[in-house]
Amino acid sequence: MEDVKKKELLSVYSGEAEQPFEWSAGKYVSRFLVEMRDNKRLVGCKCPKCKKVLVPPRRVCGECFVQMDEIVTLSGEGSLYSFTVLNFGFVDPDTGIQRPVPYTCANIALDGTDCTWAHYLEETDPAKIKIGMRLRPVWEENRRGHLLDIKHFVPVEGK
Amino acid sequence: MGKRVAIVGTGQTKASSGRKDVNGQEMINEAVMKALAEAELTRDDIDAVIIGNMDHFEGINYVDTWSVDGSGGFMKPIMKVTTGGTTGTTVAMAAYYHVASGLFDKVLAIGWEKNSESDTTGAIITAFEPIVDRPTFGGAVGGLAVMANRYMHDWGATQEDAARVAVRDRQHALNNPNAHLRIDINIDDVMKSPMISWPIKYLDMCPRTDAACAVIFASEDYAEKICPKPAWVLGTTNRHNFTFIGDPSFRTMITLEECAKALYPRIGITEPLKQFDVMELYLPSSFAGVQWIEALGLCKNGGGPELIASGATNMGGECPINPSGGVLSSNPIGATGLLRVAEGALQIMGRADKRQVPGAKTALSSGFGGCYWSDLMAFSAKKPN
Repeated sequence: MEDVKKKELLSVYSGEAEQPFEWSAGKYVSRFLVEMRDNKRLVGCKCPKCKKVLVPPRRVCGECFVQMDEIVTLSGEGSLYSFTVLNFGFVDPDTGIQRPVPYTCANIALDGTDCTWAHYLEETDPAKIKIGMRLRPVWEENRRGHLLDIKHFVPVEGK
Repeated sequence: MGKRVAIVGTGQTKASSGRKDVNGQEMINEAVMKALAEAELTRDDIDAVIIGNMDHFEGINYVDTWSVDGSGGFMKPIMKVTTGGTTGTTVAMAAYYHVASGLFDKVLAIGWEKNSESDTTGAIITAFEPIVDRPTFGGAVGGLAVMANRYMHDWGATQEDAARVAVRDRQHALNNPNAHLRIDINIDDVMKSPMISWPIKYLDMCPRTDAACAVIFASEDYAEKICPKPAWVLGTTNRHNFTFIGDPSFRTMITLEECAKALYPRIGITEPLKQFDVMELYLPSSFAGVQWIEALGLCKNGGGPELIASGATNMGGECPINPSGGVLSSNPIGATGLLRVAEGALQIMGRADKRQVPGAKTALSSGFGGCYWSDLMAFSAKKPN
């Protein structure tokens, strides 16, 4: 009879294969993405009860639990609410692509909205980024109805 | 109101960066055997099992089914609870509800994770909305960093203020043989550690850990027969508040504030800093350790840095936080919240060894998840009325 002895400890690699998914955007997020793709425009939606404008648009205001039907066109400009510059990368599980570092994640308070919206900033030096600074989106030339139809946000000139 | 409920036994594995000597269910079994041994119970005494982790860290779904050999759940009522970072505390809440309902007398709660088996950040972002959030999201570290940066902006808090929490929890961990990181560091070490996500540096952040934790909840009909000093559950609650990552304001940790507002009046807490003898809080970054205690009412908003610097939350202080070393010293994500519950209970039971807060009679444990949702559970040495 032989005991279980620690001779070698193995682990088994799963391989590189990924499981692709096909996510439904729904009416609200579809409208959001189509406006970005066709008109280089950001839209939100307004709650009929609390009157808050939320971006991205969604069917229900969670706080009031009522349906939202009014789409609001935004200027696309806004103020920086907060940010971080990330110096560590990871493999994006959706694309299999390593996030390039450094990169800057920002929460932006878009004009005319009552929440913030998360996207990239071009600038990656924290010393050059100020909370409250005015920002505008930089649009991709070839847009496909995707969050990254906006490349990133940059400071509004002269502000 | 249902039955009164107490924790009567806990077990945890030694936390580490990787347990290649065990698979998931073998590691789960280690924690379960320790909890049963501490409570002097056998598998047959257990009426039901609640278990949780986050499937995407290991890529293996349905732990409730495949772990039954190790969990002791073979041919017993068992269910899985998964709520992100709060999984461990929500597992505890579900076990508590089971016993409080009067339908089960002794329920085993299990939380576990083998974070060594995948890229933690890559796995975490699969918990977020895939079309408009995920493509630009920086993961848990990025989310916590954005909140920390806004806090510094709003209140003038500094990186040194946060570093004090990183040092406190690591110093406390030196008393805990189960902690993953047991490192004797000072503020200078934290400040000089590499910047990973401005303003969060390497030593400001929790590690990724392999570990399991098991906790046994018993009804008032059994608790005092099993355990000489059971940790009675005074109350518990949780709150969620967002769909998209830009939705919540970072004015404070709103869900934790709402939890406290809901829980404290129910259990007679008006001055939490004075009335709780010890806290085991899910503080995943040092900055969270400064800001989130404000949401718990330990001080006013913006007062976190001063309270931390006063030493009130150190061992020997008015209300020690994280005698175990907390999440900054061990973060096996699906177990992390349950470790807060177990460590809070150990303090009441007088079983916390070198990390014991002498004479602790009341304790508060918290869970944090995803970005910005919260669980709370409070304990007392005195059986609730």
